[in-house]
Amino acid sequence: MSTNDTPMTPAVVPENYLNCSSGFRSWFFTLDHKRIGVMYLASILAMFLIGGIMALMIRTELLTQGQTIMSSDDYNKVFTLHGAVMIFLFIIPGIPAALGNFVLPLMLGAKDVALPRLNLASYHLYVVGALVCVLSIVLGGVDTGWTFYAPYSTTTNTHVSILTLGAFILGFSSVFTGLNFIVTIHRMRPAGMGWFDMPLMLWALYATAIIQVLATPVLGITLLLLIVERVMGIGIFDPALGGDPVLYQHFFWFYSHPAVYIMILPAMGIISEIISVFSRKHIFGYRAIAYSSIAIAAFSFLVWGHHMFTSGQSELMNMIFSALTFSVSIPSAVKMFNWITTMYKGSIRLDTPMIYALCFMFLFGIGGLTGLFLGSLATDVHLHDTYFVVAHFHYVMFGGTVIAFLAGLHYWWPKMFGRMYDEKLGRISAIIITVGFNITFIAQFIMGSRGMPRRYYDYVDEFSLLHFISSMGSYVMAIGFFMVAGYLVKSLVSGPRAHANPWGSAALEWQTQSPPVHFNFDDDPEVCNPYDYSRVQYDAASGGYVRVPSEVKPA
Amino acid sequence: MSLSGMLGMLTSPLSAVSGIPFLGRADGGTFWLPVRAAEGAKAVDELFYFIFWICLFFFTLLMALMVIFAIRYRRREEGEEVEKTPSHNLPLEIVWTTIPILLVVAIFFFGFQAYLDMSTPPTDAYEIQVTGQKWKWSFTYPNGYMDELLHVPAGRPVTLVMTSEDVIHSMSIPAFRIKNDVVPGRYRKVWFTANRPGAYDLYCAEYCGTQHSGMISTVIVHEAEDFDVWIADHGDILGSVSPAEGGERLYNLLGCKQCHSTDGAPGVGPTFLDLYGTMRKIRDQADCECDEDYVRESVLDPTARISQGFEPVMPTFKGRLKDKEITAIIAYMKTLSVHAPDEPAADEAAGEAAETDTTETDAGDGGE
Repeated sequence: MSTNDTPMTPAVVPENYLNCSSGFRSWFFTLDHKRIGVMYLASILAMFLIGGIMALMIRTELLTQGQTIMSSDDYNKVFTLHGAVMIFLFIIPGIPAALGNFVLPLMLGAKDVALPRLNLASYHLYVVGALVCVLSIVLGGVDTGWTFYAPYSTTTNTHVSILTLGAFILGFSSVFTGLNFIVTIHRMRPAGMGWFDMPLMLWALYATAIIQVLATPVLGITLLLLIVERVMGIGIFDPALGGDPVLYQHFFWFYSHPAVYIMILPAMGIISEIISVFSRKHIFGYRAIAYSSIAIAAFSFLVWGHHMFTSGQSELMNMIFSALTFSVSIPSAVKMFNWITTMYKGSIRLDTPMIYALCFMFLFGIGGLTGLFLGSLATDVHLHDTYFVVAHFHYVMFGGTVIAFLAGLHYWWPKMFGRMYDEKLGRISAIIITVGFNITFIAQFIMGSRGMPRRYYDYVDEFSLLHFISSMGSYVMAIGFFMVAGYLVKSLVSGPRAHANPWGSAALEWQTQSPPVHFNFDDDPEVCNPYDYSRVQYDAASGGYVRVPSEVKPA
Repeated sequence: MSLSGMLGMLTSPLSAVSGIPFLGRADGGTFWLPVRAAEGAKAVDELFYFIFWICLFFFTLLMALMVIFAIRYRRREEGEEVEKTPSHNLPLEIVWTTIPILLVVAIFFFGFQAYLDMSTPPTDAYEIQVTGQKWKWSFTYPNGYMDELLHVPAGRPVTLVMTSEDVIHSMSIPAFRIKNDVVPGRYRKVWFTANRPGAYDLYCAEYCGTQHSGMISTVIVHEAEDFDVWIADHGDILGSVSPAEGGERLYNLLGCKQCHSTDGAPGVGPTFLDLYGTMRKIRDQADCECDEDYVRESVLDPTARISQGFEPVMPTFKGRLKDKEITAIIAYMKTLSVHAPDEPAADEAAGEAAETDTTETDAGDGGE
């Protein structure tokens, strides 16, 4: 079952993008999308570690009532930075810029993205933005919550301007990546690959890129206005200066709701690939999944008001936003049905990526369904700004995006680094992370629906047990993550060499060696339906999958 | 009416189920939801469980299929034959798109309906003014009494008219299933009819800084007749404090301080510092001493005798203040003045001694 049974260990590693040149400059100023993807990956994982440590600090502080390890001001800064780091520095660039950068040109059978220099500029801006954000932490942090709500954010004396400047710069990085992907998908599809012959991952990245390009500028302008108000005292949001604090919320959510789909759409793309490959089944309802990605991207711009049901919008606006919000749930539900139907009568292999994909469906299912409670007006009024929202959000963002990111990381890991990881540890840690996650956040659903407000440093007796359980769950999750870090590092050093196509995918990125050569393909790959598994066959001698020679060459 | 009837029909099986101990308690609380203490809360709870059962059903169905497929179709050997099945099926896809659409339309509709009910206050509601500030709530009743706890009568609609003095706060009372942001520079309203006497938590739900988690208060729901007694007791703003203290409270509450300073700073009206007991030059009339009668007249008929150098701009408090309250304000003014009889060194005196002296003075006044 495991691909490790007959590892290919050639005496000499063939030349590939990792060993074709070396030195700091050959990486930091490379135009190779694969190296940029790997640098992005290392950077976002470092940020994930910082954000994760902050999450553990939050849960440890909430382990007991009153002060446990830090003061309320420190707590406020830690939860703000946990959110800001995880969202702006990890999840948003996570799948598109790290994994997407690596696989998108490969999936198209192309040598690189359409605009390699813009790609490198995007990474450099990411580094600058990240450093500015870290600077705000070093100087003493920010205590506004990652949403920067005015007039709190315009009047607090913490380093809001620096952190928002960092987010502003990161916005450009995100736009550059999105722009690049749109152009690449339009211009560089190989002969024979029409729009509906693309892997669904590309549809997902395309929909994501559209949101990145259209929504991010609004965030940029909003954060700039915030800085202008703070630095120059111009009254835009603070009523004391003649501004409107609710206007800020409209601006902010006009970006930040679509941003949620920047985070989840590529995750759905990964799941579409993995479920199909590991079930050895053509994806069910290809067009429905492709269209649903575009539908989600389009609807995502029309639902921001559902963050503001209790902030003083008119009843009419609330009604419209509630109705539009429910419209987003349909394409997501359709995807779930398609994934599960794809497994029907398949030949299912439960390797680590597939285990993560199944965990994704469990967690994203809960995350999506609990959204119904929040889209409905009367129940949202009760649940808004409670731990119910915190739990829902984490089920979608962590249970959805992070788990899919891990699925994708394990899926493309052999392609990226040419080595396999410990399959058994991979599956065990996937289960540990999922169990720990559920312990952490189911407790938060219960507290939230019972009225526990979010962003509270302290809590009343009634919630003590639930907070304790939630904190314990977070430690379980942490153990899972340390296991993942451990076996992945070990894999880099001494993992068995990976086959060119260990999982049996029919998509183009598996038609080159692992890891790929500098220009991706020695010969132009043969374009065919990425979900036609009759085209790849298991080869016991090499321990991986090889292409069936086609009898009729495609025109 | 017919709509709420429909909701009732749809959720009545759920209401029946909620009698089971795990799901429902006598106080309206369930495993997922807290105690219920307001009339509108029931509709919210029924909708919550309506959505809950729909979600549980579909989630269980999907997960069961996923697990069954993963086990049943597990790959036994590499290269095994895979049965060809269609990669799409239009009728099936139409069915599984239509069913969720119908369900979410129903959820949307019931959610909107219950929301409209909770956002339209009846015109005869009892109004309480609410101010949020970092990091406390204050509640002002129609008679001017202020409290840090929210007292409300059961069975009578109450509207909270809310505003903030600094940043955005949010009024959250889980037992009533209501929540509304409290925004600086705006008045926001929220209403409810409490129906279960008791004490319930009241939170600030919008992050507001250092003591956000300490911005907690309590709603005390009184039986309707108990509330009338309670408010009558507290309608007297002086309560059990000394007249001078009560006077200071009135001074702050009624807005006297906007024009009359207590530290000698010039204002729209004369400062209260060392005002009592002095001779006043009156515009177009004979001089007079600022004694009890002059203060009383100035409160009830401010334009009767205007001190020189000031404009006749003060509003009358006739009908708004009782005699006892005017007496209290006079007592407070005495503590600020070196000219007050029997208290030559009010400024230097220690707080407690000053209070005792004032009380004695007032007792003397009453005897006159």
